[in-house]
Amino acid sequence: MSTIVLLAITGFGLGAMYFLIASGLSLIYGLMGVLNFAHGAFLTVGAYATWYTETKLGGIAVAPRFLLAALVGLAIGTAFAALVEVVLIRPLYGRHIEQVLVTVGLGLCVSALATAIWTSDPKFVSLPRWTSQTTGVLGASIPNDRWLEIITAGVVLTALELFLRRTRYGLIVRAGVENRAMVTALGIDVRRAFTLVFAIGGLAAALAGVLAALYFGTVDPQRGTSLLIFAFIVVVIGGLGSIGGTAVAAVVVALVQQFANYYASSGMGDLSVVLLLAVVLLVRPRGLTAAAA
Amino acid sequence: MKRILVPVALVAVLAALPKLAIDIPYLFKSSLDSPGTLQLIALMLTFAGLAFTYDLLFGYTGLLSFGHALYFAVGVYVAGIAMTRWHWSFWPSVLFTAALGIILPLVFGAVSLRVGGIAFAMVTLAFAQAGSVLAFKNPYRWTGGEDGFGVDYTKLPAGLVGILNTKNLYWLALAYAVGVFLVGRWAINSSPGRVWQAIRENELRVEVLGLRPFDFKLMAFVLASFLATVGGIVYLVLISGANPDVTVPSFTLALLVMVVIGGAGSRWGALVGGLVYTYLDQRLGDVADSHTVSTLPSVLRTPLQEPLFILGLVFILVVYFAPGGLARLGRIRRRPAALEEAL
Repeated sequence: MSTIVLLAITGFGLGAMYFLIASGLSLIYGLMGVLNFAHGAFLTVGAYATWYTETKLGGIAVAPRFLLAALVGLAIGTAFAALVEVVLIRPLYGRHIEQVLVTVGLGLCVSALATAIWTSDPKFVSLPRWTSQTTGVLGASIPNDRWLEIITAGVVLTALELFLRRTRYGLIVRAGVENRAMVTALGIDVRRAFTLVFAIGGLAAALAGVLAALYFGTVDPQRGTSLLIFAFIVVVIGGLGSIGGTAVAAVVVALVQQFANYYASSGMGDLSVVLLLAVVLLVRPRGLTAAAA
Repeated sequence: MKRILVPVALVAVLAALPKLAIDIPYLFKSSLDSPGTLQLIALMLTFAGLAFTYDLLFGYTGLLSFGHALYFAVGVYVAGIAMTRWHWSFWPSVLFTAALGIILPLVFGAVSLRVGGIAFAMVTLAFAQAGSVLAFKNPYRWTGGEDGFGVDYTKLPAGLVGILNTKNLYWLALAYAVGVFLVGRWAINSSPGRVWQAIRENELRVEVLGLRPFDFKLMAFVLASFLATVGGIVYLVLISGANPDVTVPSFTLALLVMVVIGGAGSRWGALVGGLVYTYLDQRLGDVADSHTVSTLPSVLRTPLQEPLFILGLVFILVVYFAPGGLARLGRIRRRPAALEEAL
C-alpha cells in the first residue's frame, strides 16, 4: 500500500513537470501552429539562471536564497522566451516549417552553449532542508518536494484557466486557437497574443526547470530535451491546444511511467508511454479531447 | 552530357582518393591516403547517403518524420548483435538485417501513416524513442547499454578489418553513398516517385485524381527506411561497433539539419548537407583546440568549443538567409512552399 501511495504521489510530481512544459507547448501550437522545439531551451535557461544566481548570492539562509534565485530564473526564462518570439519567430510568420526549423536550431544551440560554459556534468542546487525531508502519508514516506511540485502545477493550471476564461487577452487567445483568420478579420492584432503565449509558455517552462532542479536536486544541459520528448507525447495525447486535456494527459503519462518502471522493469515505463501514445493516436487521432473541439 | 560527366568525374576522383598521397593543409590533418583522413571521409559519405534517404521522405514526399534514426539504428544494432551475440556469420547477419529493414518500416509505417502532419511526426518520434530506450536498457546484455559494443571482427570479411584496410572501408562507404543516390534518383524519376512529389505539393489533389496517397507514402517510407538500414550496416563495419548515440531523437534532428542546410528536395542538397555537417561535427573540435582559437577571449572561445552550437547557429542562418540551402545558393528558384503542407 505504502509503495502504491509513494509511486502515485511521485507520479503526480512528475506529471506536474510534464504539465508545466506541455501547457506552454500546447498553447503555442494551438494558437500559432508552431511545434516549439526550443521549449526545452526555456527550461534549461530557467534552471541554469536559478542555479547561477544561487551560487552568486552569499550570506543569506538557504530558503530565501533559493526562493530569490528561483524568481530571477523565472524572470530570465520568461524574458528569453518573449525575446525568441520577437526576434526569431516573428520574421517567419506564416512559414510554419521554417519556424519549427529555427526552434530546432535554437534548442541545439542553447544546450550546446550550456555544455560549453558549464560542462555536461550535473550541477548541484542547494535546496532548503525542508524539501529533502519526508512526510508520512498512509504509511509511505513522501519527499516534501513532491508537494511543492503538485501545488505549483495546480496553481498554474488554475491561473491559466482563469486567464483564458476571464480576461480579454485570454478570450483573444482562445478565439485564436479556434479560428485565427476570423480573429484577424475582426480587427484584432493576434500577433501581440503570439508574444504573450510565448512569454507564458516560457514562464511555465522555466518554472518546470526550477521544479526539475527540486525533483532531481541538480541542473544539467540535457534535461530540457529529455523532458521535452515526454511533454510532446503529453501534448499529443491531451489534444493540441487544450489545457484541461494536457493536465489529464500529463498525470496519466507520469503515472503509467512510474508504475510500469517499478512493477515491470526500469525502461518499461518509457515503452508503455510510447505504446499509450500509439494506441491513443490510432483510436482518436486528434487526442483525448478531440470530441470537445 | 555535362550533367552526367561532372558527377562521373567526381566519383572517379573520390574513388582514386586512397591512392593519392596529397596533403590538404587546414582541411585535413594528414594526407588523403592516411587511415585517419580516409576514415573521416568515409564517415562523411555514409552520413551523406543517410541524409539523402531522409530527404526522400522530407524533401520529396513531404513527410516530416522524427524517427528516421530508428531504421539506421536497426542496421547498426541488429547486424552487430547477430554477429557478436548470436555468432552468426557475416552474410546471414546482413541478409537478416536487410529483411528486418523492410518488414519493420512496413509495419511501423502502416501504423504511423494513418495520421498525418504533426501527429505523424510524433508517432514516428515515439517509435524511435522506444528503440532508443531498448538500446539503452541493454536487454539480455545484447545492446551494451550506454557504452554500446564492439563488433566481433572475426565475423567480418577479412578485407574490412584492420587499419591497413581502411581504404576498403572507404570504398564501401563511397559505394553506399553512390548507390543510395542512384537508387534514390531512379525512384524519384519513376512514376511512383512523381506521385510522391505530387503528394508533397497537394495530397488532396492526388486523392481526387483517384490514387491512394497512403500506398505511395508507405512505399517512400519503406524505401527510405530500407536504405537507411543498409547505411546502418555500413556504419557498423566502418566504426566496428555500435553506440546508442545513433538511436536518440537528436540524431534524426541532425539528419533534418543536414537536409535543410544542403537544400531539401534538391538534386545534390542532402548529399552536400551530410558531407558538410559531418565534416564540421568531426573537425570543429580540433579547431577549438588550435592555437588561433585558444588565444581568443573566453567569450568567443567557449562557444567555439561546442560543434553543435556552431551547427545550430549555421542552421538558423541558413533558414533565414538561404532558405533553399547550400545547393540553391546563388540560384533564383521558387521556394519549396509546398513543404509548408507537411505541417
